Amino acid sequence: MTLLHVSIAGRAFRRYSTYTAATLAGIFTNCVFGVIICFVYTAVWDQRPHAGGYDVHDALTYAWLGQAMIMTVAVWGGGSPDDLAERIRSGDVALDFYRPVGILGWYVAADLGRALFHLLTRGIAPTIVGAILFDLRWPAGPLTWLAVAASIPLAVLVSFGLRFLVAMSGFWILDSQGTKVLAASAAVFFSGLTVPLVLFPGWLQNVAVVLPWATFLQVPADIWLGQRSGWEVLVGLALQVFWAVALLALCALVLRTAERKVVVQGG
Amino acid sequence: MSLIDARGLSRTFTVYKRSGRLTRTRTEVHAVHDLDLAIEAGEMVGYIGPNGAGKSTTIKMLTGILVPTAGHLRVAGVDPSRKRRSLAHRIGVVFGQRTTLWWDLPLRDSFELLQKIYRVPPDRFRTNLAEFVELLDLGDLLDTPVRQLSLGQRMRGDITASLLHDPEILYLDEPTIGLDVVSKGRLREFLRALNAERGTTLLLTTHDLQDIEALCRRVVVIDHGTKVFDGPLSELHRQGGSTRTLVVDLVDEAPPIAVEGATTRRVEGPRQWLAFPADASAAPLVAAITATYNVADLSIQEPDIEDVIRELYTAG
Repeated sequence: MTLLHVSIAGRAFRRYSTYTAATLAGIFTNCVFGVIICFVYTAVWDQRPHAGGYDVHDALTYAWLGQAMIMTVAVWGGGSPDDLAERIRSGDVALDFYRPVGILGWYVAADLGRALFHLLTRGIAPTIVGAILFDLRWPAGPLTWLAVAASIPLAVLVSFGLRFLVAMSGFWILDSQGTKVLAASAAVFFSGLTVPLVLFPGWLQNVAVVLPWATFLQVPADIWLGQRSGWEVLVGLALQVFWAVALLALCALVLRTAERKVVVQGG
Repeated sequence: MSLIDARGLSRTFTVYKRSGRLTRTRTEVHAVHDLDLAIEAGEMVGYIGPNGAGKSTTIKMLTGILVPTAGHLRVAGVDPSRKRRSLAHRIGVVFGQRTTLWWDLPLRDSFELLQKIYRVPPDRFRTNLAEFVELLDLGDLLDTPVRQLSLGQRMRGDITASLLHDPEILYLDEPTIGLDVVSKGRLREFLRALNAERGTTLLLTTHDLQDIEALCRRVVVIDHGTKVFDGPLSELHRQGGSTRTLVVDLVDEAPPIAVEGATTRRVEGPRQWLAFPADASAAPLVAAITATYNVADLSIQEPDIEDVIRELYTAG
């Protein structure tokens, strides 16, 4: 982290903040979906009051946390990796290799700036609306809040790693749009955005909870709800750290290969 | 030692081609072969050659993003591929068809980010920015997002971006491609002033002979990875036997025009094509023709860089 990276993040934050109408429309959409999902969950937990170990308050809170995290971790894709995808498509990426600064760190910083903006707007605003409309559960104490605060940026980093890999697929297949759609469906399903992972059937749940997408929503939500407590909180954070480090290392490796390819093939 | 000093510089690529269902044949492509190049500080050199001749491979090696397979290379006293990051602070790169600017950000923001990337001292940054904004007439555009700029405006932005950190060497790849005549002229004037006042060394690849004529006293021609010419432009024209063409539209049809200093190549109705040496002036020719003939219109066709190079071969 350097001053440069802070200023990159700041600029990314500012860039998103210029689209006020889009932000407000987005918040409205999140609220509508939050309400719809709450109706569904209310019906489900009426029938099965302790489904997945959640009570109905947990479930309703989970619904709003999901809405808050959609844009913050960019479940559907987007953020700075989209800029990279565009620069790969246009060929401008060749010039990025001439700069005396690392490409990966650059894009990480830009995406963190974006994520902060989305957290403060499309994260917090729907949560407040949800809290007004429904009886939500809040983190139990300052330590839990702290764990949540640590968990969110980690979720962003893991998601960034996946999105950056998807964007880099453009180095080989020229257009990463297809990969992006594929990755988005996997992310929506395995993040537990529509159906919490705790409702997944046995074996699938066991697999899903350790996949990188589980760290987008399920891990922070379980910390928030107190479903993870004590050591389990640390285990959850450790899973996030593991995926963040592993994916970013993979990104660096793939980027080096891509660089060799770009440099050799012209541009 | 020269600022750019290459001796026996070579770069070979291994290419695999499918030759059957499962077999691949391995071929070696010599993108650059045994290139000697010495460029002194303050020179403006045109680096030309047909597509695929090895121009961008050379530039990539000079900037350190591509490692040579053989030969000796020093740029500003260092081995580029080993010291790429530190060398990046001393060179500027401009590609006519690519941009280093950030699409969504106003020009000013891109420049400020570059200041941080290259760690340009604030004073130096302010002076440089003010000067380039003035010379390239960017004042009204600083707050415009790059995506809204025209090609010519964006190009001026990219040139400014490449110069904010006071590079000793500026590599320009097709800097005038796609620009209109006025923008081309202004850009050339700027580059000339840059070289004269700051002593920046320019290495310029282009297809536009007029870029070379306006800027470069020295031309290096490369083809198939090998240097085929290194010297002044006039010498290239002489060796290549290149000619300009005067197209004369007469009022009435006439037999081929006979005039000293030119030969009539083609006659088609009232239109005639006269070839004359590229380094000669068209003025006396035009005067001689208009004195004897009833001329409706005149135009001059410049020699094409490809033609010059082609003729360089057929002549040699």
